[in-house]
Parts: sequence; C-alpha cells; structure tokens
Amino acid sequence: MLGYVLRRLALTVPVIVGILLVTFVIKSLIPTDAVTAMFQGQATEQEAKVAIDAMRHRFGLDQPWYVQFGRYVGGVVQGDFGISVRTRRPVLDEIGFRYLKTLELTFSALGVALVVGVLSGIIAAYRRDSWMDVTATTISLFGISMPAFFFGLLVIMVFSVWLKVLPVMPRGWTALMLPAATLGLIEAAPLARVTRSAMLEILGRDHIRAARAKGVPERALLLRHALPNALLAVATIVGLQIGSLLGGAFIIEVIFGWRGVGDLAVHAIEWRDFAITQGIILIGSATFVMLNLVIDVLYTWIDPRIDYGSG
Amino acid sequence: MSATTIGAPAEDTPRPTGWRWILAQLLRQRQAQLGGAVLLLILLCAVLAPVIVPFNPLEVDAIHRLQPPSATHWLGTDELGRDLFSRILFGARYFVLICAVSVSISAGSGVVLGLLAGAGAYWTDMLIMRAMDIILAFPFILLILAVVAILGPSLWTAMIAVGIAGIPSYARLVRGQVLAIKHEDYVEAMRAIGAGEKRILFGTVFPNVISPIVVYISYAMPVAVLSASALSFLGLGAQPPLPEWGAMVVGGRAFLRTSWWVVASPGLAIFLAIFSCNLLGNALRDVLDPRSAPR
Repeated sequence: MLGYVLRRLALTVPVIVGILLVTFVIKSLIPTDAVTAMFQGQATEQEAKVAIDAMRHRFGLDQPWYVQFGRYVGGVVQGDFGISVRTRRPVLDEIGFRYLKTLELTFSALGVALVVGVLSGIIAAYRRDSWMDVTATTISLFGISMPAFFFGLLVIMVFSVWLKVLPVMPRGWTALMLPAATLGLIEAAPLARVTRSAMLEILGRDHIRAARAKGVPERALLLRHALPNALLAVATIVGLQIGSLLGGAFIIEVIFGWRGVGDLAVHAIEWRDFAITQGIILIGSATFVMLNLVIDVLYTWIDPRIDYGSG
Repeated sequence: MSATTIGAPAEDTPRPTGWRWILAQLLRQRQAQLGGAVLLLILLCAVLAPVIVPFNPLEVDAIHRLQPPSATHWLGTDELGRDLFSRILFGARYFVLICAVSVSISAGSGVVLGLLAGAGAYWTDMLIMRAMDIILAFPFILLILAVVAILGPSLWTAMIAVGIAGIPSYARLVRGQVLAIKHEDYVEAMRAIGAGEKRILFGTVFPNVISPIVVYISYAMPVAVLSASALSFLGLGAQPPLPEWGAMVVGGRAFLRTSWWVVASPGLAIFLAIFSCNLLGNALRDVLDPRSAPR
C-alpha cells in the first residue's frame, strides 16, 4: 500500500513539471510582458527602451528560455511566485488567504453534494420507477441543465429578496451556508445520476439476491452489501467533479461576494495582473493533481481487489 | 459528420444502423421529440432573428428602461431600455455559434489526435497522449483562464478556450476505440486485400468510432455551452452589448431586487436550451448505446 502511494507520488512529478512548463510558456505568450507594460507611455521611446532593457536584464528576461525556466522553477520551489503588478505584493500573499476560502467553499459544497447526491441516488435506485425515483431523476436532469450563475441568482432572489430569510451579504456561518448549498446542489445532480445507475446495476447482481434470500434486512442489504460496490463509481465521478466544483466555485464566489481565488482570478484578468493569474493556475492545478492522487489512493481502500502491482 | 459517412468506400461492411434508422428510433421517444422540437425552434430563431425581431436588439431607449413584460415588450426591457425578447432571439444565434465552434474544435482536433495516437507508431502515441495528460492535469476552469489570459476576454476566446479544454477527452475516447478495433477481422480483411493505411484508418476504422463520438458529444456539448455562458457571465467571454445569454444575465444582476425579468429571461433561455440538449442526448444514447442504462 505504502509502496503504491510512493510510486503514484513519483508519477505526479512529470505532471507537475508539465504544469510548470505550461504556466511558464503561457507567460511568454502574453502579448506584452510586465516590464514593457510598466514603462509604456511614461517616457520618450529612447529612454523607455534603455529602461526596459535594464529592467529586463534585472529580471533575467534577456536570458535563454531554459535559464529563465530554471529560475522560475527555483523561485516556485522556494515559495516565490513573483510580484503582483497591481499591488506590488508577493503573489503568494495575495492568493494565500483566498485559497483557504475557496477550499472551505469547495469542500463544504462537496459535502452537500455527496449527502444529497448519493442519498437520492440510492433511494431512486431502490424504489425504481416509483414517484420518488421519477422526482429525483427529473430534478437531477434539471440540475445538470442549470447554469450555476442562474441558479445562484435564483437562490438569492428567493431567500434574500422574496422570503427575506437571509441577508444578501450575510456574516458568520450563514455566509457559507447559501453559497455552499447552491454549489453543492448543482454538483449533486451528476452524482445522483451516477449513484442511481451504479446501484441499479449492483442491486441486480447475484450476491444481492443471495443476501436477500438469506434474510439480510433491507437496510443492511443496501448499506453494507450494495453501497460499497457503488462507491467505486461515486469516487470516480467525484474525482472528475473536483474540476467542475472549482469552476462552479469561481462563479458562486463572484455571485455571493465570497472572497476566494475565483473572485481574485476574474479581477486579475481584468487588471492584466498576469503574475496573479499564473500563480492561481499553478497552485490550483497542483492542488487538483494532489486531490486526484488522494482519490486514487482511496480507490485501493474502497476496493481492495484492485491490484496496483504494475503501478 | 455526415460527410464522412458519404466518403466511406461503398464496399465497406454494411452498417446495421443507418442514419435513417437512428432518426426513426429517435422520433419514437418523447424525450427526443420534446428536446428536438425546442432545439429546432432555437435554430429557427437563430436563422430568422433579423427578420422576426420586433425591435433592434442593440437599440438603447433610456425612457423605457427596466419595463416589466407587456404587450409591446413581451419579455420587458433591460437596464438600457433594450427589448429583451429581441435580444433573446438574437442570443439564439450565439448559442448555435458556441455549440458549433466549441464542439468542432474539441471533436475535430480530438478525433484526429485520437486516430493518430491509436493507429500511429509508439512514439506518436506516447507524445500525443502525454500532451493530453498534461492538458487534463489542469482543472477545466484554470485551462480556460490561461487561454483567456493570453487572448484577452471575448466571445471567440471563450469558444476557443472551451474547445481546447475538451480536446483530450475526445482524443482518449477515439484512441481507445481505435486500439479496440484495430485488430478486428474486418480491418485485417481490408489490409489483406491491400488497402492503404490511410484508407483503412479513415474508411474502415473511423466509421466505426462515429457512434461513440456522437454519444460523447451529446454529453459534452451541453457542458461546453454551459462553460462558455459561465465565462460570459464572469466577464471573460462575450462582452456587452452582445446579446449573448450569459452576458445578458450579468447586466441584470444589479437590478435583481426590482426587475427580476432582466435576469430571468436569458437565464431561462440557457436552461431551456441545455435541458433540450440533455433530453435529446438521453434519447440518442438509448438508441446508439443500448448497453448504457438511461441515467
């Protein structure tokens, strides 16, 4: 098991290097580099050129690409992601707190999605073709068709404007509740669909019929005999969903004024503060890779039959 | 898509399921009837928009701003007094455009790369698939963010970004299919009668991966359109005053409290369009891929 984790960890190294390379290449694809932008229109062309060249030399922008890449990676390893052009503060300081806020929102939403999605999936499969199944299936079809930004605005309209249950910009734990529930419900829809179809397939298997014949109570049948088998499909879809959760979090953050990474990313594009954008892409992707690693390891725990001997 | 089947050599193994048969099967399903009807209506609106709109969708009318739905303005007016019904009708054009462009980019490049990887030499395969792995290592939204950072926010950027982000999934799917059927008897038979590799790949192998590709498109297209409209909402895609549905929602956000219809009509339009795509997709999967239980 430990060997597998280590091997799997080693496999992420080339992926991380790939991510670093891509974020590095993106920087060189930006039409104007930060230095040119800094001096644009501030001096005569001759003076600007001298200043730009000096600055480019200072930041090592006149070096060959592999030297620049080496420096970039060296900086990143030491936690130096560059300086925000706008606030002149280190990128890591700008992102740090917001990163935690986004994680808080994303994981709360994942919790909501898991509870709602898996539960309704189980019920829909167990009571197949009943009114509960039809309702759950219809709602989840609505859910996968609903744009997160529209749903978010609907939630605000209903709870804050019409019912006046919650303030539009609440504080404390209620501040987390509405955005997390909104994002969670959107993401629950695909989970419910996958859980339902996985459970349907498993409930038709022989070992379930055998257990039922043996007199296993229905609840134990569902939770101990069927669910663990369905969890593999659920884990797979959760792995795939982390990406869409993050995308959804961007939108929900903007709608609910949640000061996370997504909110920052949208502003960074607006401000052309590329160091920030680059930092967010790098940190976000690294987190994504690591979370996928965790899910892969969880697989072995959920399904001990899986043999990862070949890596 | 249809051009490729026409291009297939006539002596190919007869397909058990022609397009006419698939269409007939589809039309028997209620989901497909409903979804197809709405999508057809959207297509019709997109084509006829300039002829049938009652008002100019870009014309500002400060006196009649934020009017509730009425006999003159069927869906009301927005914060600049523009007629929402006309804007929604024109928005149908952007919906169709986003579908066409983003899916062409992802499916087009993905299919070619997948075919090359599946049928090509070891190193071609290796190179293509590792590149795909790296794209997949980025969460969808961050990849899109990178493209937007390079190209600057616009509707085209959003479509290209969403298109690129979708390439790896198509490539993986097609490569898997090609590897699975590469050594089937009918492919060997083509080789035995002396068909060239190119002819085998495009004439024999490709027609056999069309149906999984169509099934996958039915999953991926609604997601792609949702992402593109979300980008517009975030201000990273279509820019005002373009009557793109996602961008229209942004404009109305500030007036949610007093004038809900400004947000509701474009929001419902997107929802209805995506919902119809999903209905049609469900039905299509039932027909093309009977093993997958309707989910």
